[in-house]
Formats: sequence, structure tokens, C-alpha cells
Amino acid sequence: MTDSSTVTTTADQAAVRSRRLRTAFAALGMLPVLVLLAVGFQLINPRFLTSTNLLIVTQQSSINIVLAAGMTFVILTGGIDLSVGSILAASAMVAVLVSLVPDWGMLGIPAAILLGLGFGVVNGLLVAYIRLPPFIVTLGSLTAVRGVARLLGEDTTVFNSDLPFDFIGNGSLLGIPWLVIIALTVVVVSWLVLKRTVLGTWIYAVGGNAEAARLTGIKVPLVLLFVYGVSGLLAGLGGVMSAARLYAANGLQLGQSYELDAIAAVILGGTSFVGGVGSIWGTLIGGLIIAVLSNGLILAGVSDIWQYIIKGLVIIVAVALDRYRLQAGART
Amino acid sequence: MTAAARAEAAQRPVLEMRHISKTFGPIRALQDVSLTVNAGELHALMGENGAGKSTLMKVLSGAYRPDAGGEILIDGATIATGDPIKARAHGIAVIYQELSLAPNLTVAQNIFLGNEPRRFGIVDRDQCNRRARQIIERLGVSFSARALVSSLSLGERQLVEIARALSTSARIIVMDEPTTSLTSRETDRLFEVIATLKAQGIAIIYISHRMEEVYQLADRVSVLRDSGYVGTLDRADLNASRLVSMMVGRDLSAFYKKDHRPPDSKRQVALSVRGMSDGRLLKDCSFDLYHGEVLALAGLVGSGRTELARLIFGADRRSAGKLELDGRPIVIASPREALEAGIAYLTEDRKELGLFLDMSISDNINMGVLARDSRAGGFRDFANAERRAAKAIADLSIRARSAQANAGSLSGGNQQKVLLARLLETEPKVVILDEPTRGVDVGAKSEIYRLIDSLAGRGIAILMISSELPEVIGIADRVLVMRDGAIAGEVTASEGVPLRQEAIMELATGAAQR
Repeated sequence: MTDSSTVTTTADQAAVRSRRLRTAFAALGMLPVLVLLAVGFQLINPRFLTSTNLLIVTQQSSINIVLAAGMTFVILTGGIDLSVGSILAASAMVAVLVSLVPDWGMLGIPAAILLGLGFGVVNGLLVAYIRLPPFIVTLGSLTAVRGVARLLGEDTTVFNSDLPFDFIGNGSLLGIPWLVIIALTVVVVSWLVLKRTVLGTWIYAVGGNAEAARLTGIKVPLVLLFVYGVSGLLAGLGGVMSAARLYAANGLQLGQSYELDAIAAVILGGTSFVGGVGSIWGTLIGGLIIAVLSNGLILAGVSDIWQYIIKGLVIIVAVALDRYRLQAGART
Repeated sequence: MTAAARAEAAQRPVLEMRHISKTFGPIRALQDVSLTVNAGELHALMGENGAGKSTLMKVLSGAYRPDAGGEILIDGATIATGDPIKARAHGIAVIYQELSLAPNLTVAQNIFLGNEPRRFGIVDRDQCNRRARQIIERLGVSFSARALVSSLSLGERQLVEIARALSTSARIIVMDEPTTSLTSRETDRLFEVIATLKAQGIAIIYISHRMEEVYQLADRVSVLRDSGYVGTLDRADLNASRLVSMMVGRDLSAFYKKDHRPPDSKRQVALSVRGMSDGRLLKDCSFDLYHGEVLALAGLVGSGRTELARLIFGADRRSAGKLELDGRPIVIASPREALEAGIAYLTEDRKELGLFLDMSISDNINMGVLARDSRAGGFRDFANAERRAAKAIADLSIRARSAQANAGSLSGGNQQKVLLARLLETEPKVVILDEPTRGVDVGAKSEIYRLIDSLAGRGIAILMISSELPEVIGIADRVLVMRDGAIAGEVTASEGVPLRQEAIMELATGAAQR
């Protein structure tokens, strides 16, 4: 009798321990992959883990992380926003054009962000109130907004070598680039909204079970409008960052396929494509993985063509491993 | 020699199901059921919702394998069970309630779908159309084999399904509630086809809740109840009261609780429903719901109970109807407005329409009151949320590892309690419960009954939809019965005379009109 009870207790303790381990592992998510990649690239090229290079990596990832933060909101509701690259291009155009207005150049920042918000709200209205599928709505705006971006500069590249807000793209505060500060701020604010506000809980609820959310009295259309608005607004911010970095914008080329990198970052971060599950910290790590891959492969001297192939495969393998891990967790 | 024995001597059974049991984990869906069907007879299968009819037919069609000891014989020879393809090869065909036709293919293509006549490996269109025409002629119906199924009415589509069954030389055809969505003309035509099939020696197992149809068609009727076989009646012995008592006759278990005082003469109307219609199924439904009473809404599946509840709750759009709450007219256009007015609704489908399975128990319980509890700036008040969750978990004795565990990790009964807790947090005056004990174990059931009883005791008005008659009898003060989208009648208990199941069943099936 005593024997059997001791056995159960030890078994229970073992179960508790393994459950804790699993929970910790689940919370870490893709962090081990990021660390492994960094260590691997360091072994190939010792220049990888220098402070100069790490600053470059974070700077390069900052715009994608801002876009991916907005994308996290959308994907958490079970939607998708394919238009962020085009919105970024249109906003960057507006940012540069307005910056050319004498004495009022700083207004380029709010103008670009408001334009992004406007496009996002239109996406949101179509998804939430006309009830069109998000993929189709944003596929349409991907094309239409790209056209708007080209129209804004009459299909030319616009320059401003004396950009009043160029510090955003090339300056730093206490040694930290402004691009990185902005990206981190966006991540922290997103975390606050998602995890600390009522609206954040509603976003998870709508993504987890939209009909149940409606029957619980949640204003589902308003939640959807909000997430597409946020995604557009952050794409507008991305436009400002991009314009500030380049002193220029081109409606045709800028932001091409940025939406795919943003989606990849969100998915790498463990956010479920059907909605309701995921975190902004995961997205941050996903964005860093993509940046580390690009940077590390260049340092390793891998050709441009192979970079594409390797990046694609890493995304698929990483997510496959993640699914396998989650399934194993669910089974036991 | 009885009539039954003479009939059996004259007709050899084409199908025998012997000692069929089926368990799903701890749940016993069928217990030692035997059924004999003769060639050329229409054998009706009756019973309440959940009595085991569908499970029995799934065993027959090979969708389920029966537990050890059960066997199926065709023409006296045992056949392999649990194999849909072999079952079809032995001539067993099932026509389901949800039709399974491809709408953009022709009648002939649908009849031979997956079984196309071929020549040199290519589908032989001519032969396909010719054979389809022959089968359609056998049924004596009038549409073309080349017509697109999407151009046919529901009734005609059902005939296509029957034609498909005949194309595989079916000898036993199972029809599950075949007339549910048919007009009366289509129903008549279906009955003519059934007569034709019987004359050709095909046996038909006919599942129906409608007494009139069973009287009109059946050669014999078998009744299932609580997963078990009750008995078989010959056509000559059919009568309504006997059938109804076979379907419902069981003792009330002790665990129903009715301590709240039934409302007396000074009772006050909480919710007054007038002329509710949805333009589809529901027709002019009106009733009053009183404070402190448990009013059951009974009726068969498809009679419109859930639809009516959702209409009152604002979940669906109504075409006509008015509501009054505590004597004041109210307009409800969405669930949010209903909740704000004090009307709460518990869904019958907790996984699809109720729970957020990937979110914590605490979030699930608090979901309806997040905005009410929020602090400045829309931030959540987590301390308050934890208090609410902890109290609900204790009050409803929800068995969970922690309030932070996912709702998906709970058992059915505890999930249901989480939903009840969420509903109660909104402090409703009127509570609509749709199948509150569906898929819930016995222990949780009696706890839910006690909860309903105490809510009524606190003066809350409760409308409870239930398909389980003992439950209705056990805890309701009054019963409304729905049939075909309308309220067919009311059953009340008078002094010393309890609610009668037979009265409810008669109203639900329309047997009372005979």
C-alpha cells in the first residue's frame, strides 16, 4: 500500500516536472532556433557576433518587425493582410513628397502614418462590414495601393537629400539606432494592447471563435476594423522609416513582397494561421531569425540565389518542427 | 399462431441484426439490439432523439463496427461488419438526411458517381445515361437523366439518391427522416416510389418521428429507447398511446431537483414573446415566461426550438415579432443588446459556438464582463477577473487544474459549467438554456439541475430547451411543445397531477390530431 502510493507520488512529480519543462519550452518557442543560427554563423564567420554587425542585423530587421507586429494583430483574428508592402510604398512616397514642402517637412511623418491608417481602415471596413474574405480584400488592395504609390510620384523616384526626419533612418540615441528603438517600442505597445487590455482579449477571442465571440456580446466587426487599421497604420510607420533611411521613395520597387517577410516572421513566431493563438514576442524572434539568416548568409559568402533557397527551407523546417513539438505536447 | 408469426413464416427475413451493442469509451450507444427485416416490407424505426436509431443504422451501413458478439445476417448468412464497401456490396444503402449529391453534375453522373460504367477505361456516357434512364423509369418519375441536379427540387434530389441506391442493386434501403424537407406533393410522390420499391421486394427501414407517416406506411414498427430495444408492433397492433408509451416509458430517476416554488397566482411576467417569425421555419410564436419559473421548450429535432431561442437572443434576424421585458417593450437586434437588457443564452453547441478552447478558464468565464470590469484606458482588471473566476470555480465546483488552464483541457461537464459561469457573470434576469446537459456526465447533470433550481428560486426566469423528456418532466414547471416551427401546445401540471410525457410526445409528433 505504502509502496504503491510512493510510486504514484514519484510518477506525479515526474509528470509535473515534465509538464513544467514543456511549458517553459513552449514559452521559449523559436528562441533556440535563433540562438542556434547565431552560434552557427559565428562559427563560419567570427565577424557575425560583433556589436557593429548585430546593430546592422537589428536595424535591417526593424522595418519588417514593425510590419510583422501589425500582421500579428491581423493573423490573431484569423485574417491576413497582403497589402502592407504596397501601403508602405505609398506612405513612403507621401512622406518624401510632404517633406519637400518648405518649413512643414516634418508633417511628412503624420501624413504617411495617416495614409497607412486610411488604407488599413478601408481593408477593415470591407472585411468587417461587407464580410469579404480578408485574403481577397487585401489581395485587391495589394495591387490597387501599389498603383496609388506609383501615381503619387508620377511613376518616378522622389528624392529629398535634405530630409527633415532623416535621423529616424540614420541617427541613433545613446548608440541605439532610432529604427531599432521604434521597432522595440512598437513591439512593447503591441504586447500591452494584446495582453493587458480588454480589446486585446477580444482579439484573441475573435480569432479563437468568432461566432462564440458574437454570442458573448463582443463587437466583432469593430475588433476586425481595429486590427486592419493597426496593420495599415504600422505599414505607414514602416513607410516613414524606409523613406528616412533612403532619403527617397519609389512607388514601383519599394516594399515589394515585404508582406511575405512579415507573414513569415509571424508564422515563425508560432502564431497560428487560423487565429486565436500566438504572441508578439514570438513575432519579434521570427523577425530576428529572418534578419539573422539574410545577414549570416551574406557573411558566409553564400550566393544570392542560394540565400533564397535556404531561407525558404529554414522557414518550412522551423514551422514543421514547431508543429511537431506542439502536437507532442498535446498528445501527452 | 399470431399474425406476426404467420407473416414471418410467409416471408423470409432478408436482414437480421443480432445482439448489436456499441460503446464509445464509457458511453453505451447501443445495448443488445436485435432487428429483423423482411423482404418487401417497410419497417419503421422509432424512438426519441438519442435513443440509438442513427447508431444502429451506422452499424448496418458499416460506418461503425459493433462490439464483439453482435452480428449482421443477410439472407441468413453472416456478413463482415464495420466495412461500408462490403455492406454496399451486400445490397445495403442508406439515404441520409443531408443529401450527398454533386449539384453541378447530371442525374446520371450522380447515380453512377464512383461506380461509372466504363469502356476501354473511359466513362461510357451513353451506357451511363441509358442505365440511369432505366432506373428512373423503374421509379416511375419524370425528370431527365441528363438534367443537372442543381435544377431539381429537394424532393427530386432525394429520388436521385434512391436511384443511386438502386444502381448498386440495393435490397435494403434505409431512409432517415426522408420527408423532413419535402412539400406534401413531394411526400406523396416519395410514398408512391416506396410502394413501387416494396412491390419489387426491396426492404425499407424507415426512420421517422411522424406518426401519420408511420401509420400510413409501416408494415411493422420497432421502437428503441435509451440505447436499447423495446419491442416491435405489427401493423394491426399499432396505436398512438401504445407507441408513445413504448418510446417514453421509463421511470424518473431521483436526481431531478425541483425545490423552487412554482410561481403562484401573483406571478409576474418576465419576458413576453409575441408573434416571433423568421420568415423560414418559425411561424408566429408567442408565449409568456414568468419570474422564478422553469419553462421547458420541448419538441423534436428540427421543430424550431433553437431557432426560436436564437431569435429571442438577437443572434439571428427576425421577420416579425415583439418582445417585452418586465412589461416594457424592448428591441433586440444583436446578442450584445440582449445581454445588456438582461437576457442570456447558453448555446447547445458549446465547442463550436460557446467556448474559446485555446483561452484560459478565467478568460472564458470573464469574457462577457470584460468591458464592465475594465479600468481607465481599456486596461483589464486582472485581480478582479481572478476573483470572479475563483468564485465561479468554487460555486459551480468546476474541476480544473487551475483557472489559467485552457478551457479545451476540461471535460464536457466542466466546460458546460464554465459556460454557465460566464452567463451568470452577466447577472441576467432571463436565462435561455439550450440543451444544458447535452454530452454531460451524470454527476455534472445533477449539479446543473441543482443550479437551474436555485436560479429559479432567486426569481430568475428560465427557458430550457431539452430533448430529454425525463429531464423536462423532472425540473420544469410548465412545458411548451413546438412542432414544425410553431408552438403546438402547452402542457402544465395541475394540483397533484405531474407533467405527462405522453402528452408532450403527442403534441410533438402530431399524434394528438389523429
